[in-house]
Amino acid sequence: MGMTITEKIMAKSAGKKNISIGESIWLNVDTLMTHDVCGPPVIGIWKNEFGEKAKIWNKDKLVIFPDHYIFTANKHANRNVDILRQFAKENDVDNYYDVGTDRYKGVCHVALAEEGYNVPGNVLIGTDSNTCTSGAFGMFATGVGNTDGAFIMGTGKIWEKVPESMKFTFNGELPEYLTAKDLILTILGDITTDGATYRAMEFDGSGVFSLNMDERMTLTNMAIEAGGMNGIIAADSVTEEYVKSKGITDYEIFNSDNDAIYHSKYNYDVSKLEPVVAKPHSPDNKDTVRNVAGTKLTKCYIGSCTGGKLSDFKMAAKILIGNKVKIPTFIVPASTQVAKELAEETIDGVSLIDIFKNSGCDIGQSSCAACLGGPDDTFGRSVDKDVVISTTNRNFPGRMGSKKSEVYLASPLTVAASAINGVITDPRDFL
Amino acid sequence: MENIIKGKAFVLGDNIHTDQIIPAEHLVYSLTDEEESKKYGHFALSSVPIEKSGLPNGGIKFIEGDNYISEYKIIIGGSNFGCGSSREHAPFALQKAGVLAIVAESYARIFYRNSVDGGFLVPLETPEKLNNLVSTGDEIEIDLSTYFLTNKTTDKTYTLNNLGNVLPIVEAGGIFDYARKNNMI
Ligand code: SF4
Repeated sequence: MGMTITEKIMAKSAGKKNISIGESIWLNVDTLMTHDVCGPPVIGIWKNEFGEKAKIWNKDKLVIFPDHYIFTANKHANRNVDILRQFAKENDVDNYYDVGTDRYKGVCHVALAEEGYNVPGNVLIGTDSNTCTSGAFGMFATGVGNTDGAFIMGTGKIWEKVPESMKFTFNGELPEYLTAKDLILTILGDITTDGATYRAMEFDGSGVFSLNMDERMTLTNMAIEAGGMNGIIAADSVTEEYVKSKGITDYEIFNSDNDAIYHSKYNYDVSKLEPVVAKPHSPDNKDTVRNVAGTKLTKCYIGSCTGGKLSDFKMAAKILIGNKVKIPTFIVPASTQVAKELAEETIDGVSLIDIFKNSGCDIGQSSCAACLGGPDDTFGRSVDKDVVISTTNRNFPGRMGSKKSEVYLASPLTVAASAINGVITDPRDFL
Repeated sequence: MENIIKGKAFVLGDNIHTDQIIPAEHLVYSLTDEEESKKYGHFALSSVPIEKSGLPNGGIKFIEGDNYISEYKIIIGGSNFGCGSSREHAPFALQKAGVLAIVAESYARIFYRNSVDGGFLVPLETPEKLNNLVSTGDEIEIDLSTYFLTNKTTDKTYTLNNLGNVLPIVEAGGIFDYARKNNMI
């Protein structure tokens, strides 16, 4: 019987020839990632449980990115980074990317790709739910909590139930007004926030393989928003070129067999899809941008692991160039590398960063910033009854700050178009 | 593991997400400092919209005043309980507030794993929705040897799904105790 790409990677990692859906197996973890919110409790549990003999199973396989609560005066938040720093020093963790140094990166899921930790065929576990992002590289990547993180830190192992797979096929080439964000919000509208609970979400089709790595990461990033265990896209020549540019030569490409068993299959013709939003207060509350066009906004936000990558900003800049924003618009490059690229990349000879500045946007420092609200002094945080349109991935009440605020999730194209008008606007009006 | 879990029910709707269970702004407190970690109990379920807090009527606070322990020991939810972020602070906050078990139609994977592997509380699944059959404040008794849930207030009994292959981890009290028992660590 055929196997899916997820099953093949899990079987390899467990050292087994055959595995069956629903079976619990022990995986050997290739990379463990943690950050400033979950890292300190992971370290606490690890010390507590392993006591005197606590030892990292393989310190080269542990990666730590402080990224969540960074540019804040909040003393508890800063204490968390101090704990990470101390831990990295005591344990010789080379893959620690400290705040305030040249090594500082920003949002972990984007930094994992940039720093060459995403390797086709590998198993990557992170103490962050959006760890599924790395599945864009044809690897098994999923999020866990602190106890599981601590267990992996000491043993390199994790138990997982072999998931059923769901297949989402997008055929055709994306028109200029459509982005990966529209594809994943469309899926969420169709299957809802628990439509993929405990399952693998596999993305396939010419529409998916025509996307660059940034856009593929936007798709897999939000698998968790549908409850998915992982999102995955088989590695192809685009993936290979990317990972080779990071110096990775040791990887393995897996593909699903034609006779693999799926829980369900969804097929989309991308030429028939439209720009969409997720209305407050749930990522599956889908509507077309056309239907909600004209909704009054108070803030725009372009950032996060979902919508703060270079290609997200290229899309936004394409719309914003030569225009002024009508309402406060926050630009947060996910990583310091993206921030650097904003100064280097140009449209008509103008750098992206200048395009944003000229149109009146506020530019923040690389981190998660207001994607998850954060302490009161967080850049771009929603206040009071703000109505925000954002390229982030969650719009639960209070997620971006104020519990009274309302958040619409949309593509960078839609957010940029809306920034110009101060109301929700279809990007096709500017393309 | 105790076989009998007893207490008052606190009833919630579907899709209770981790931002409602413990809002992100509170994730900065220490989980190990006995005193400071009480804040997690104090803020547990503090972001559930008040009209949906304590169903069927709503308007009931899970934690009263300055307390960090709730009078409710069993949470009855709907589908997709604990969706959202990976924060283990969520089952931790509920445990700090005194919750012993959750009964729901389904769980988000990470919340479920965290509850079991961290040994915080017992996440039980039901074949049918119970959150419209139980009212907040009802006295509940769960027997884990038979997987029966009895609502003492209405005198009705319901069947729960068995814990399947996570039972040994629940019985051991978490993944570390399980691994020690099985000489894995
Ligand atoms: S940017 Fe947002 S979704 Fe991404 S890791 Fe940070 S808080 Fe999570």
